[in-house]
Amino acid sequence: MSLLEIENLRLEIGGTPILRDIDLSIAEGEVMGLVGESGSGKSMTALTIMRLLPDAARTSGRVTFDGIDILAAPEAAMNRLRGDDIGMVFQEPMTALNPVKTIGEQVAEGIRWHAGANRADAEQTARQILDRVGLPEAKFPLSRFPHELSGGQRQRVVIAIACALKPKLLIADEPTTALDVVLQKQILELLRDLVDEQKMGLLLISHDLAVVADMADRITIMRHGEVMEEGETARTLSAQVHPYTRQLALASMHVPDRKKHAPSADDAARPLLSVENVVRHYPGRRTSLFSRPEPFRAVDGVSFSIRASQSVALVGRSGCGKSTLARMILALDRPTQGAIRLNGAEVSAMSETELKPHRRDIQVVFQDPYGSFNPRHKVERLVAEPLHLLEKQPGPAERREMVAAALHEVGLQPRDMDKYPHEFSGGQRQRISIARAIITRPRLVVADEPVSALDVSIRAQVLDLFAELNGKLGVAYLFITHDLTVARAITDDVMVMHEGRIVESGKTIDVLDNPQSEAAKALVAAAPDLHRALQKRLAEQG
Amino acid sequence: MTDAPLHLEQPGWRSTLRLAFANRSFMIGFVITALVAAMALVSYVWTPYDVTHLIVADRMKGLSAQHPFGTDHFGRDILSMIMVGARNSIAVAVVAVAVGMGIGVPLGCWAAARGGWVDETLMRFNDVVFAFPALLSAVMITAIFGPGAVNAIIAIGIFNIPVFARVARAGALSLWPREYVLAARAAGKGKTLITIEHILPNIASILLVQGTIQFALGILAEAGLSYLGLGAQPPMPSWGRMLFDAQTRMMVAPHLAIFPGLAIVITVLGLNLLGDGLRDVLDPRLRRQR
Amino acid sequence: MIAFLSKRLGIGLVTLLVASAVVFFVLEILPGDPALLMLGMNATPEALASMREQMGLNDPVLVRYFSWIGGMLVGDFGRSFTYSSPVIDLIAERVVVSLPLAIISLILSTAIAIPVGIFAAARRGRMGDTVSMGVAQVGVAIPNFWFALLLVYVFAVWLRLLPSGGFPGWGAGVWPGLKALILPAIALALPQAAILARVTRSAMLEVLGEDYIRTARAKGMPRRYVLWRHALRNAMIPVLTIMGLQFAFLLAGTIIIENVFYLPGLGRLVFQAITQRDLIVVEGVIMLLVASVVVVNLVVDILYAVVDPRLRVSA
Repeated sequence: MSLLEIENLRLEIGGTPILRDIDLSIAEGEVMGLVGESGSGKSMTALTIMRLLPDAARTSGRVTFDGIDILAAPEAAMNRLRGDDIGMVFQEPMTALNPVKTIGEQVAEGIRWHAGANRADAEQTARQILDRVGLPEAKFPLSRFPHELSGGQRQRVVIAIACALKPKLLIADEPTTALDVVLQKQILELLRDLVDEQKMGLLLISHDLAVVADMADRITIMRHGEVMEEGETARTLSAQVHPYTRQLALASMHVPDRKKHAPSADDAARPLLSVENVVRHYPGRRTSLFSRPEPFRAVDGVSFSIRASQSVALVGRSGCGKSTLARMILALDRPTQGAIRLNGAEVSAMSETELKPHRRDIQVVFQDPYGSFNPRHKVERLVAEPLHLLEKQPGPAERREMVAAALHEVGLQPRDMDKYPHEFSGGQRQRISIARAIITRPRLVVADEPVSALDVSIRAQVLDLFAELNGKLGVAYLFITHDLTVARAITDDVMVMHEGRIVESGKTIDVLDNPQSEAAKALVAAAPDLHRALQKRLAEQG
Repeated sequence: MTDAPLHLEQPGWRSTLRLAFANRSFMIGFVITALVAAMALVSYVWTPYDVTHLIVADRMKGLSAQHPFGTDHFGRDILSMIMVGARNSIAVAVVAVAVGMGIGVPLGCWAAARGGWVDETLMRFNDVVFAFPALLSAVMITAIFGPGAVNAIIAIGIFNIPVFARVARAGALSLWPREYVLAARAAGKGKTLITIEHILPNIASILLVQGTIQFALGILAEAGLSYLGLGAQPPMPSWGRMLFDAQTRMMVAPHLAIFPGLAIVITVLGLNLLGDGLRDVLDPRLRRQR
Repeated sequence: MIAFLSKRLGIGLVTLLVASAVVFFVLEILPGDPALLMLGMNATPEALASMREQMGLNDPVLVRYFSWIGGMLVGDFGRSFTYSSPVIDLIAERVVVSLPLAIISLILSTAIAIPVGIFAAARRGRMGDTVSMGVAQVGVAIPNFWFALLLVYVFAVWLRLLPSGGFPGWGAGVWPGLKALILPAIALALPQAAILARVTRSAMLEVLGEDYIRTARAKGMPRRYVLWRHALRNAMIPVLTIMGLQFAFLLAGTIIIENVFYLPGLGRLVFQAITQRDLIVVEGVIMLLVASVVVVNLVVDILYAVVDPRLRVSA
């Protein structure tokens, strides 16, 4: 008999249907991967199992866990189940822990509540489980507060809370999405080991097929609140019987078709951008009242150059200094030492007025398709904003024409210019963002994680657009990303950044296939790869 | 990449209005505020009785068909006095809010845009003003420069400045790191232009909400000052003054105290409801700012 | 934490210094000659001149400013012209009325507001919430002096339970003194309680929407436990801020309320001193009130650090 059995589950919130006829089952000790794009209802399925839905939610169907009818169980019975027989790990480790309670209190609390243990025994158990998740007592005593831990460490605490009482089922809702790839690998390995040791069932929710392919015995693919396909992982993902499964798998492995723009000999010889020994300090935290704080070196002596129409990736773990470097290149921040030259002119030493004619050559695309636009302006005004940099300001008619042309280039309609940004989907907004970046015909576009907030199928389309514009306009790119598949798909060269320094650089394929530095090796080893995961699974199964 | 991401959507003005009229707090507040404002406006052209005309024979009459709210110790009609008093309350509070906004918002935006010592100095000044018990200082100001509506406005207005400066600064600070502001900077726009184009329109709603709150507080403060005899001077009727006059006569004529007090409570209540409603409608998520 | 508190202490001292300068120089530009006010209109020029000399009015402004602050630091607030007694004595006489009044009001408003706010947040959208927040909404709109008049009418005039005003002095015993403060304290406290209850409710609701509340619920903790053990302490941070601000409002409120109830407190003292142009009294009392606001804010800062470990960072 299955540990968890969901039959015909329907969910409405305030009259809006969220889930339709979900069927899902997990056997004891089995890992079930639940995959889908945003809005597919994955998280809501998890919250239904926990009965932690919002008050306005109405459910029907059957959810049976270990013989208990979850949807009909009284709240007191649910309180006995939660944290004891079912544990849950959430996406955002930075906010998942109570900031005013120590990690010891937060782990021991559930143990005391469920097992009726006294304080000393509960703390003893808390110590053991924290030690097990990789937070040994010597370095992480129970008296630590969450703000004293990093994101990865906090996620370990959350896992310790969920697994403290050896639950029969663990639900992990995008447990690694907020972490970088190296941390992701560590956390996934920890989860797998815990599941094996404690014979837990695991419901692993993810948008990333590669992660699920690597972890799950069986997989359920959801879309728009419905189950599309369900089955054994390797078989389902390699056979791709359902068209949506096929679409997802293809998008996950998509590599854009790139037509190289042939740079003129002149362009090729002279660097477009050169970064020379750039250092950026931030004031450090004061450790005592009288000593001067030690500055934090976010960027620590970086040099490189980019030629016209070259596409370069800057990869590294979170906090390695890549975004700080990008801000300095965009002249939004100044280096503490060193120089940044654009077309030979030292932009890092210029005043805002002197900078103005140079700014049109370098534009930016940000990560968040929602935060990139002033919500109160129409698309025309948003896309036209950099036209401010032209020496001769275009008239209204000319301006509309230029905006229309830019929108056309990114695959949108000229009539879209009279809409507000909230009328567009995430992928379309990222296209608007690109239109804004190319309207002044810049020589270089800095893109800071431009596709990491997008669903896989949309990500593939946006990557295609970047590739196409590189070929058509000859614009150079600096892609800042932690995602090696993006780097592999769209760039010629790659630089690996680690603790403020560039530790390795070269042709993208060479570096990613044969990394030399420790930092690059760790990144490559940790990057989830659907191909590799499937091959490994198929090989295991013979 | 969460399921059902929550994003701050900005519907156009038309749908904002539709939302507003569906909001109960907003509707009740709007109706009350409109009625009080209308009453003040009507008083310019018509009141049931002339409030400057004293008829001692009619003094301290109870409620009747001729005088629905009774008469005061000079025989003046209370309803007429409340109507005329509304003018004064509203005028003082509106101008005080305008003073606070007009000076506080630019200061707050400047502090946020400039940062560094400008920010530090302005915020320290804010701390100083906050440390003065506001009403006490208002009493001091009116006592020094003499009682009267204008000085009441100055006294109340000065204490609105740091409030608006704080709200504007906090809002602006949360917007400066936004990607669209960074994009505007990458487009070579200066701090002033960015403040006008991107910051102000996006903090307008929190300022509007704060404006209704300060408006309500201004009405209360004006009533307090005129109760102490430091606001509008006789023969100009004012709600606070009416309560002062009522105090010693309460044993014989409690209605003297009831109606001006109710006028204050209803007006302030209406404004607060309006503010709550506006906040719900305009930016439900702005309440989460820390 | 030391760094945090020493920064706050520094800010408090700067506030006091700036405030003293503002108070002194604003009152300095006032029309009217204090010596003339003291001696009356018929004073001879010679008498005036010697009075001015005696009062130190002929010294340069800065000298007078620094001798004024220097005096205050050792408890010498100067001499009142109208009462012809040291200001510090006047303050000492009055503070025994105002301080208990402010403290009783603060305790009263906190004791009412916080439980009501928690209750409303716990029953969000239900009857209890709607009713208590409706009452609070009205409470916020009530001017405290009008509320005071109503209380006097009901409890003093009508029911004859409590005195309508005046203060017998603590010499007459604790109970008569307290009895005289009950109505003023209620009049001051209730409108403040209404504000605080609304703040408490919204702070609780905001905290209840946080991720860590969901984590605690996923641990199997019942709603009530989560409310008291996880939400409350986090919600106290904004509540403390408002309580700090309210203290300044309470002090200001005493001016009006002491006038309504004819209580011989600091508020009434300063109000009378202003109308009589007894500047030295005004300056002294205002500085005392500002200092107490600064001290209360410092206490609030310390409480922040107690509640929130993120502020306790030391090395």
